Amino acid sequence: MSSEKPAIAITGICGNLGQVLAKLLHKREERIVGIDRRLFPGKPKDLEFHQVDIRKRKAEEIFRKGDIGALIHMGIMHDPRMTAEEHHHFNVLGTAKALEYCARYGVEKLVVLSSANVYGPHPANPNFLTEDAPLMASARFGDIRDLVEVDILAQSFLWKHPEVETVILRPVHIVGPTIQNAPSRYLRLRRPWTLMGFDPMVQLIHVEDACRAMIEALRPGLRGVFNVVGPGEVSLSTIFKELGTNPVPVPHPIARPLLDRLFRLRVSNFPPGELDHIQFQGTVDGSRFVKETGFRPKYDLRETIWAALR
Amino acid sequence: MDQAPLRLPALGEIGGALRRQFQELAFRLGGERLRERLRTLRLHTNEFGQDPFGMDLDYVTAALGPLLWLYQEYFRVQVRGIEKVPPGRCLLVSNHSGQLPLDGAMIAVAMLMHAEPPRAVRSMVERWVPTLPFVSTFFSRAGQVVGTPENCIRLLENEEAILVFPEGTRGLNKVFARRYQLAEFGQGFMRLALATRAPIVPIAVIGAEEQAPALVNLRPLARLLRMPAVPITPTILPIPLPSRYTIYFGEPMHFEGRPNEEDRVMEKKVQEVRSTIQSMVKVGLEERKSIYF
Repeated sequence: MSSEKPAIAITGICGNLGQVLAKLLHKREERIVGIDRRLFPGKPKDLEFHQVDIRKRKAEEIFRKGDIGALIHMGIMHDPRMTAEEHHHFNVLGTAKALEYCARYGVEKLVVLSSANVYGPHPANPNFLTEDAPLMASARFGDIRDLVEVDILAQSFLWKHPEVETVILRPVHIVGPTIQNAPSRYLRLRRPWTLMGFDPMVQLIHVEDACRAMIEALRPGLRGVFNVVGPGEVSLSTIFKELGTNPVPVPHPIARPLLDRLFRLRVSNFPPGELDHIQFQGTVDGSRFVKETGFRPKYDLRETIWAALR
Repeated sequence: MDQAPLRLPALGEIGGALRRQFQELAFRLGGERLRERLRTLRLHTNEFGQDPFGMDLDYVTAALGPLLWLYQEYFRVQVRGIEKVPPGRCLLVSNHSGQLPLDGAMIAVAMLMHAEPPRAVRSMVERWVPTLPFVSTFFSRAGQVVGTPENCIRLLENEEAILVFPEGTRGLNKVFARRYQLAEFGQGFMRLALATRAPIVPIAVIGAEEQAPALVNLRPLARLLRMPAVPITPTILPIPLPSRYTIYFGEPMHFEGRPNEEDRVMEKKVQEVRSTIQSMVKVGLEERKSIYF
């Protein structure tokens, strides 16, 4: 075993995003160690996989003997139907454990998948938030404070453990045919709501481009916090025009209480906090990552818009 | 039941029709010259015709319809010294008056129709503008940007022309008795100019004060309505009077120094700009022959 090159561990590999990443890395003939508490149905034979909760003692054992050179930590769940407590336990404690193993077992590279959502959409935002902007997402949308905390945990790890090359990626809305996050589900709706009179600029990134960015982040020498932007900015209405969707404009003063009710009745799977994303600006500046890695998205704006559907 | 039983009036269609009407008006007034100038505008647009800040030439042209009518027919704007505006990044700093910010719109029309090369001026809007439905969208498509320092620096570094009113609403909503007396200037614009080494072009707008002479400003009512001001003007409704506008562009001013200097040091530079504009206003008032006719 020791003659092989060190493995890349991936937490949350069974998610739809994780599977795309695993496929891309597998094609590059990297040695992958997958960690997830879920099942991995279409697992390639030569891929090492452990069905274990990252918080459990068994997970530590993987790091202890695994010769792991890098960890891509994306075992972070976003399920609007789970309670805030469950989210906190799994996301924050899980991340804390993953970071602890990296420091303890000499993992040289750590890539944490955070999100550009940690800044939070806000009317007074500058059009292009840079990495040093405060993380305000939970000010208006309390249920996602665990995601902010994951990012902050990773940031303090970055400073406390200079021996681990840590990269925190904050990609914009990831869209893809298999992706089940809020933006992808929203774009797939036949009659999506929009907020009447509001049409913010939004940024999307193709799932494969997001995965390519994570692979890019593995390069030796790269450290720090980076926004990751896809092919650029486009207004929400333009996206729907391109997709041929007829959205239903709802006046914003009634949209929030109405969606709140619908969410509680389980008619809608969008928590009302998501409305900020279709009302206000939350776009980010991705130039730092581009400058340091030369990253260019493979999919153009039109292809990325369609990616949620095809 | 995947078809909605009742087809809601498609706002997009209404908006689209309105936009085309206004565009036709713009081309009727602006003619071939406008087409030519729009072609030479340098914009960083994507395949959908939008720039990263959300500006869309389609909307700019639509906005230009009514504004060009105001410019040519209503306010009969005269422009002096626009050839002094440098081609790259610059901060256009102007006096502000008239209750409605039409002075800004007229400067923007002048820059598009008469500056060489034609410029699409970006102005900085208040931070609460993005909370307004329709207005927020329209402003963004027309190239207006939320007035954060980050946005301003980014635009200047893209070699754009930014319009600022350092008097803010203090200038816009002053009463008629204080006409053409510049209010206190904010310092933000000077720090931005120093940070980006952008020249400042002083501008004096003559005529905007008389479009809406405010006899009083009902401050308590303004506070109650959470509005910046409630001016009582002869027309009561927000309809401006047809005063003649003249816009004076001054010699670009270059400042040196660190952008994070103390307020006291900054104030000196700011006063230099303010007194330049004040004296341009004075000259403009002396040259003026008629207010309305």
